[in-house]
Amino acid sequence: MTTVLAADWAYWQETLVKVGLGLVAVLLLTGAVVYMYLFKFVSFMQSRLGPMEAGPYGSMQLLAEVGKWLQKEDIFTENSDRIVFGLAPAIVMSSTFLMFVVIPAGPNAVISDLGTGIYYVLAMSSIATIGILSAGWASANKYSLMGGLRAAGQLIAYELPLVLAVVGVVIQVGSLNLQDIVHAQSDGAIFGWSGIGNPFILTQFVGFLIFLIAVQAELTQSPFDMPIAESELVGGYQVEYTGIRFLVFFIAEFATAVGFAAVASTLFLGGWALPADWASASTMHWLGPIVISAKAVLLVGVVFWVRFSLPRFREDQLQQLAWKFLIPVALLNIVVTGILKVAF
Amino acid sequence: MTSVTDRQKLQYIAAQAADARVNVELETEGMTLNLGPQHPATHGTLRIIAQLDGEQVVHAEPVAGYMHRGYEKLTEVRTYPQITTLVNRIDWLGSFANEVPFILAAEQLMEVEAPERAMWIRTILFELSRISNLILFLGDMGVQLGAVTPVFFAFRDREFVLDQIEAATGGRFHPNFDRIGGLKDDLPKGWLESTKGSMDKVREFCDQIEDLLLGSEIFQARTRGIGIVPADVAMQYGLSGANARASGIDWDIRRDNCIGLAYPELDWKVWKHTDGDSFARFWVRIQEVREAAKMVDQLCDGLPAGPVMAKVPRIIKVPAGEAYVATENPLGEMGYYIVSEGELTPFRVKIRSASFSNMSITPWLLRGVYVPDIITILGSLYFILGDIDR
Repeated sequence: MTTVLAADWAYWQETLVKVGLGLVAVLLLTGAVVYMYLFKFVSFMQSRLGPMEAGPYGSMQLLAEVGKWLQKEDIFTENSDRIVFGLAPAIVMSSTFLMFVVIPAGPNAVISDLGTGIYYVLAMSSIATIGILSAGWASANKYSLMGGLRAAGQLIAYELPLVLAVVGVVIQVGSLNLQDIVHAQSDGAIFGWSGIGNPFILTQFVGFLIFLIAVQAELTQSPFDMPIAESELVGGYQVEYTGIRFLVFFIAEFATAVGFAAVASTLFLGGWALPADWASASTMHWLGPIVISAKAVLLVGVVFWVRFSLPRFREDQLQQLAWKFLIPVALLNIVVTGILKVAF
Repeated sequence: MTSVTDRQKLQYIAAQAADARVNVELETEGMTLNLGPQHPATHGTLRIIAQLDGEQVVHAEPVAGYMHRGYEKLTEVRTYPQITTLVNRIDWLGSFANEVPFILAAEQLMEVEAPERAMWIRTILFELSRISNLILFLGDMGVQLGAVTPVFFAFRDREFVLDQIEAATGGRFHPNFDRIGGLKDDLPKGWLESTKGSMDKVREFCDQIEDLLLGSEIFQARTRGIGIVPADVAMQYGLSGANARASGIDWDIRRDNCIGLAYPELDWKVWKHTDGDSFARFWVRIQEVREAAKMVDQLCDGLPAGPVMAKVPRIIKVPAGEAYVATENPLGEMGYYIVSEGELTPFRVKIRSASFSNMSITPWLLRGVYVPDIITILGSLYFILGDIDR
């Protein structure tokens, strides 16, 4: 009896530490991404300086913003569905954090090493749709409603290319587990040459591009930002949200960007691992998190680069792109990958 | 009343049929969406009541008047030199251009002619305000479409032009520089060279916008074939300026009905486009900015010497009579119809502003389009709210 309790205690200790570390890591990364890209990188693109006053080079600006949001009045509109309205940001946020549960950051640094890893990630990410749709509906605002409906249509349409793009990788590895996918890349070889392992961006380049495009749409970033569309829907489903609830949406948006970037770097860029002969397995325990963070931050940079360069599609053009172009190409990619897998 | 093209007719019939069908099957109900008066796409306080069926517009109606300042009435209690201060604020992005037709009309009544040098400097400043106005349009069109970066470039590069206007007149936005019989002052030293330098910046900006927006596939997908105005409809609704030229109407007051200003002596071209869609309107304007930069260069090179002020009495009393003078302002045809009874103040001033006529086409144009296209069409028609509500 005592042994079971002891084991139980150890299990809870471990889980608590993992969850705590995971939360800190995700929030830190999100903050870094917001500062680096949303505040600075974009400012330089637009020939301005960005925040300069709060902290050295404005690096504490995000803390100031969070403080401001926390102080703001928590407004419920008169006709809003209060329960759903309050719950919606929580749904979006939890969808985001559940994504991180299976993303590995080192040989052992993963909260739960599920066998269905990538499948779980994509399933969790699509829960956000429910949150956004209910936010749009519960706000009792026409702009919100249109934003929510657009978001629902868009997120569902782009789930499909997202999943199909991943299938190519899964075929190559023969496993859904993210650790297996990482190991397959670091231990792999390109025609017998194992100098850089075998990152799947080389073999699955089409899949990588489709994944990035679909991620852009899932994150509702320009050119796919019709659900927000500040120049026509004035913020879409976020119109009525203020204070801490808006902050939750904000964090969720950028944490999801980090999450998808981490998934993309796990699937296509080798994840936390370096090629097999570059570093010993014990080094990777502390180097792994740094490697995957660097890759993820780099990919988020691509997302923001595109976001602030391109104009926005119209809703029907977006659907056409998904159904008439991305999905057929992704299917073709699966077929070709399958044939090559059998041939070699 | 209005002639409707076949395309619009078919679209309308199809929409009606679809409505009837859906109503029988599902009993759906339309939604009335108020765009504005406070809305980021309305450049101020224009309100558009749009009746929607899903995302499709069934009927749209612009409601103006939220910013009415009563300028036409106010001019009746101001002396002529004071009025330029008022009319400056009509199209606030190209302020100097508002003063010129009023002053020209008053000069016509007084039978005063400004010296040649004053006319040339007026033309330079007129074109500079056109550039400063249209640069902002070119950047802002990106914002309407969700690309936020170009507008920052627009604000940055507009500053080069505003600096020149400020150096010459003392005011960035509201110069109030034009006088009956000439100009307040001559140009400062070295101004012509620095103006020509800033024109190079303007050309660079046009190239940049062409890369960022005009050439972008998404931009073209959003604007080509959207909001088509055929030439005859454009005539009927009294569209003017770049909106009319984008529909293929070859009409430019600077060339065809130039009063006073120095345009006939310049080598320039009136650009037009035959498509009549949002893309054409954007394209015509970007060419106009280039053309204006070219004109400013020529004007700076050929500026004649001489005085900038003719002999006018100290107290200006305009003899009784009526005059209408229109010029090709950044937004289109702008004219003042002045009725004078020989007093210190005009008896009545009617201001014909371009945006007001340009906006009148929106109910016709917005029928059957999608909500995102409302924004691109309004953006490409390019109105300034001060120009609608005087």
